[in-house]
Amino acid sequence: MERVDQLAREQMRADLPAFRPGDTVEVHVRIVEGDKERIQVFKGVVIRKRGGLTGATFTVRKVSYGVGVERIFPQHSPNIEKVVILSRGRVNRSRLYYLRGRSGKAARIKEKRTPAV
Amino acid sequence: MPGGIIGKKLGMTRIFDSEGLAVPATVIEAGPCFVVQQKTSAKDGYEALQLGFARRSLGKSNRPLKGHFEKHGAKSGFKYLREIRLEEAGAFEVGQEITVEQFEIGDRVDVIGTSKGCGFTGTVKRWNFHRGPMSHGSMSHRAPGSIGASASPSKVVKGKKMPGQMGNARVTVKNLEVVDVRPEENLLVLKGAIPGPRQGLVLISKAG
Repeated sequence: MERVDQLAREQMRADLPAFRPGDTVEVHVRIVEGDKERIQVFKGVVIRKRGGLTGATFTVRKVSYGVGVERIFPQHSPNIEKVVILSRGRVNRSRLYYLRGRSGKAARIKEKRTPAV
Repeated sequence: MPGGIIGKKLGMTRIFDSEGLAVPATVIEAGPCFVVQQKTSAKDGYEALQLGFARRSLGKSNRPLKGHFEKHGAKSGFKYLREIRLEEAGAFEVGQEITVEQFEIGDRVDVIGTSKGCGFTGTVKRWNFHRGPMSHGSMSHRAPGSIGASASPSKVVKGKKMPGQMGNARVTVKNLEVVDVRPEENLLVLKGAIPGPRQGLVLISKAG
């Protein structure tokens, strides 16, 4: 399996920033419509990250027009143009499924306090 | 190139294709193989090449195999010998190297392997029968149930699905797409699954 993993590692992307569950991110996704290509931005909170070499995924949740929307992205997909971290969240667990049952003020995430440089 | 090669299944992974879609992929260490013997219609009644895969010293082969290798002038022995049929075996030389370079990305291939052996299995696993209730007094948990009617026809119909050996049989998977070829590492990457366990021997040939 080492040689298989090696082959998979070549496909993995090292250019994405190291975001964690609780962070608010903007995911820029490349979308091909016919022969046209455009970038769509999906902004929300990372509620899950899952490992597994090229199979790694992360889930981003946002509330759009009052409806909760979750999107799962393959982390190493070439269709992800870039990921921008808007804020780092301070959370106590790696899977933020509790956000699904909450809305409005209750669904806020405290921002991580970083030491002043 | 002869349109076939011997390989070893290394395992599965997933790979992103040119459109960015994740594709399930099997990685095979294919070749290098060497032509050990030509079978000709004049001598053997059919045209084929006998290929050797996985080099090892002559001393590791048993006496009959060693004699076979020496007769055809092979400098070393091989762990595996397999034949591939083709139109004209005379076009190849004994000792000629057969590599994955004969395949290109986008080609279609057939893969022959030996499926994973499951031993003697029941009908639930072998034929996807439903099982009976596990509780409430039921005593027919994984039993096959009725296998036919009584006095008429007073026999079990031929081909009735019953328990028995599952797996460890020759299986062919046809028309798999070649996703990647790496001649320098002897790797062949196919879309989809192929029969057998990791490290299992497989025969790859051009589909058609």
